Amino acid sequence: MTNLVEISDLNFGYNDRLVLKGINLAVPKGSLVAIMGLSGCGKTTLLRLIGGQLRAREGSVKVAGYELNHIGQRDLYALRRRLGMLFQFGALFTDLSVYDNVAFQMREHTDLPESVIRDLTLMKLNAVGLRGVQSLMPSELSGGMARRVALARATALDPELILYDEPFAGLDPISLGVIGQLIRRLNDVLGATSVLVTHDVQESLKIVDYVYFVSEGVIVAQGTPDEIRASPLPFVHQFVWGEVDGPLPFHYPAQTIQNDLGLRGG
Amino acid sequence: MERSTLNLWVGIFVLLGFFSFLMLAFKVGNLTAGGSGTTYTVVAHFDNIGQLKERAPVRSAGVLVGRVRSVQFDPVHYNAEVSLAIDSQYQFPKDTSASVLTSGILGEQYIGLDAGGDEKMLKNGDEIKLTQGAMVLERLIGQFLFSKAQEGGASQGGQK
Amino acid sequence: MPLDATMRGIRLIGERTLRIVERVGATIAFLGLTLAQSATSFRRFGLVIREIFYAGVQSLIIILVSGLFVGMVLGLQGHETLQNYGSEQSVGVLVALSLVRELGPVVSALLFASRAGSAITAEIGLMKATEQLSAMEMMAVSPISRVVAPRFWGGVLSMPVLAMLFSAMGIIGGFLVSVVVIGVDDGAFWSQMQAAVDFRHDIVNGIIKSVVFGIAVSAIATFEGYEAPPTAEGVSGATTRTVVSSSLAILALDLVMTAFMLKGWN
Repeated sequence: MTNLVEISDLNFGYNDRLVLKGINLAVPKGSLVAIMGLSGCGKTTLLRLIGGQLRAREGSVKVAGYELNHIGQRDLYALRRRLGMLFQFGALFTDLSVYDNVAFQMREHTDLPESVIRDLTLMKLNAVGLRGVQSLMPSELSGGMARRVALARATALDPELILYDEPFAGLDPISLGVIGQLIRRLNDVLGATSVLVTHDVQESLKIVDYVYFVSEGVIVAQGTPDEIRASPLPFVHQFVWGEVDGPLPFHYPAQTIQNDLGLRGG
Repeated sequence: MERSTLNLWVGIFVLLGFFSFLMLAFKVGNLTAGGSGTTYTVVAHFDNIGQLKERAPVRSAGVLVGRVRSVQFDPVHYNAEVSLAIDSQYQFPKDTSASVLTSGILGEQYIGLDAGGDEKMLKNGDEIKLTQGAMVLERLIGQFLFSKAQEGGASQGGQK
Repeated sequence: MPLDATMRGIRLIGERTLRIVERVGATIAFLGLTLAQSATSFRRFGLVIREIFYAGVQSLIIILVSGLFVGMVLGLQGHETLQNYGSEQSVGVLVALSLVRELGPVVSALLFASRAGSAITAEIGLMKATEQLSAMEMMAVSPISRVVAPRFWGGVLSMPVLAMLFSAMGIIGGFLVSVVVIGVDDGAFWSQMQAAVDFRHDIVNGIIKSVVFGIAVSAIATFEGYEAPPTAEGVSGATTRTVVSSSLAILALDLVMTAFMLKGWN
């Protein structure tokens, strides 16, 4: 099986703070891979590197044969046409209706006649079960519905690679299950490859093929969902089972509380 | 917003703008008087131009026929060289005279043209030879007093 | 040490000045970028028409009403002053020249900056904050050509129309007050105005001014929106900056252009 995404020895930092250190990662074609970790561990940064929104400082990021570190604007845009991305809160265009949002890329990138665009758009909306809201504006949708519309938009041009940035954030349990199932189904039906960045363990472990665990810019664990669940690593255990205290302490490093409150021992 | 309503409103907007342009051009401005807008330039030298400024009106028989294009000091003749842009639709004989006049007592100064009787007409670049500079109040008063004094002297002499 | 304080003060002035120059430079560079990516706006003029609606049509009411009031005040004040010299019939000249040369372009541009300019900044800033611009980039659509350029051109094309409407409305206001209410002679009002207002030197120059103001306000508004920090405070700060910098730019440019226009361009 060939790898659609291949990252090797990647270092990345903002200013002089290194966010990602020595990342090695591969996403085989057709699979659904999750990158998990705490908020602020650098996983969204990793996704942006794969999408070409950021450039690595050292190491290489290869997507569909393109080396993203040295890619030109034209190639990058060509690559992005084969790529779909679901943003954290959907990022639907607020000045366009649901229908126009889904039809956006078809209008921008193809010369299809309006009747064909209409059929395709309705099919995409139907796939996420939201054909009925086509004339609404994004502000009139619930969070879960907006996420599904965004999913329809991300898959509008049948992308080879779909990137998901926190697709489960801020959803109720039912919407969460719906989105999870849709992600899995779209991946298989479209024959696409998906990379999922999330901190929602339980939901994502149900649907993904492989998991990378990131902590403080380093991959600390990887494996299939079953391996992760059974992982003996204390950090992974704490994360998967949601324990309050563990290797990752409850308290942010600080001086002792006695000092802060002015209670000098004496 | 429906596409057609949007277009309708923008259409109304553009039409309103067009009408206000027409109003500014023809009702407020002088585009009608300016005719085609083509002008020819003639030059005139004045001893004194008073307060005459660039773009001051050029009138003949009270009708606006052009504007002052530029006012310069002529270092050769030590007088003022004024070039006038006159509307092409108005032609003047070669011996037309130009004078610096004042509209009202405190009004702006303008150039008045009095047509002569020559058969040849002024062309672009020609010079108006007959000119009358601005009246300067102090000189007028001085002249008046001088002539009064002379008059007085003459009458005294006559009595002797 | 007073010397220290003085040095610090001077250093602060230097720093501020450099920051302003930097910002002006960045805005001009952004304007260049916008112009370079304007092809889409003219190929799909519907995008610009939409923005003319939001920038121009929606500013109509405020422009028309303010124009009327400003013209009426000019009529009242002009008549009051001119009748001391027994030339109240010149009130038409005074109203028309002040509106066509200065107040029309300048006041309508100031109103436009606070009505439409701030809206453009807020909209683009929010699109950035909600990742809509990133989403567009990930769809291989340049946000500058799709979002910024249509708004820029909508503003540039609306501005002269609004300025002319403001002047026309103001002259009607002056007419109402001085002729209809006070009783200045109707014929003298218009004929003196026509004799004094020159099409080329007054009206066309006024329109040139408004075009330049339109470019300045639209460039500042789009730049501030595009560069706004993607937070609530960031967007609100950018909106304020748009109004402040636009107003300063309008007044400064007006001074420069007026100086040139009175002197003649050559």
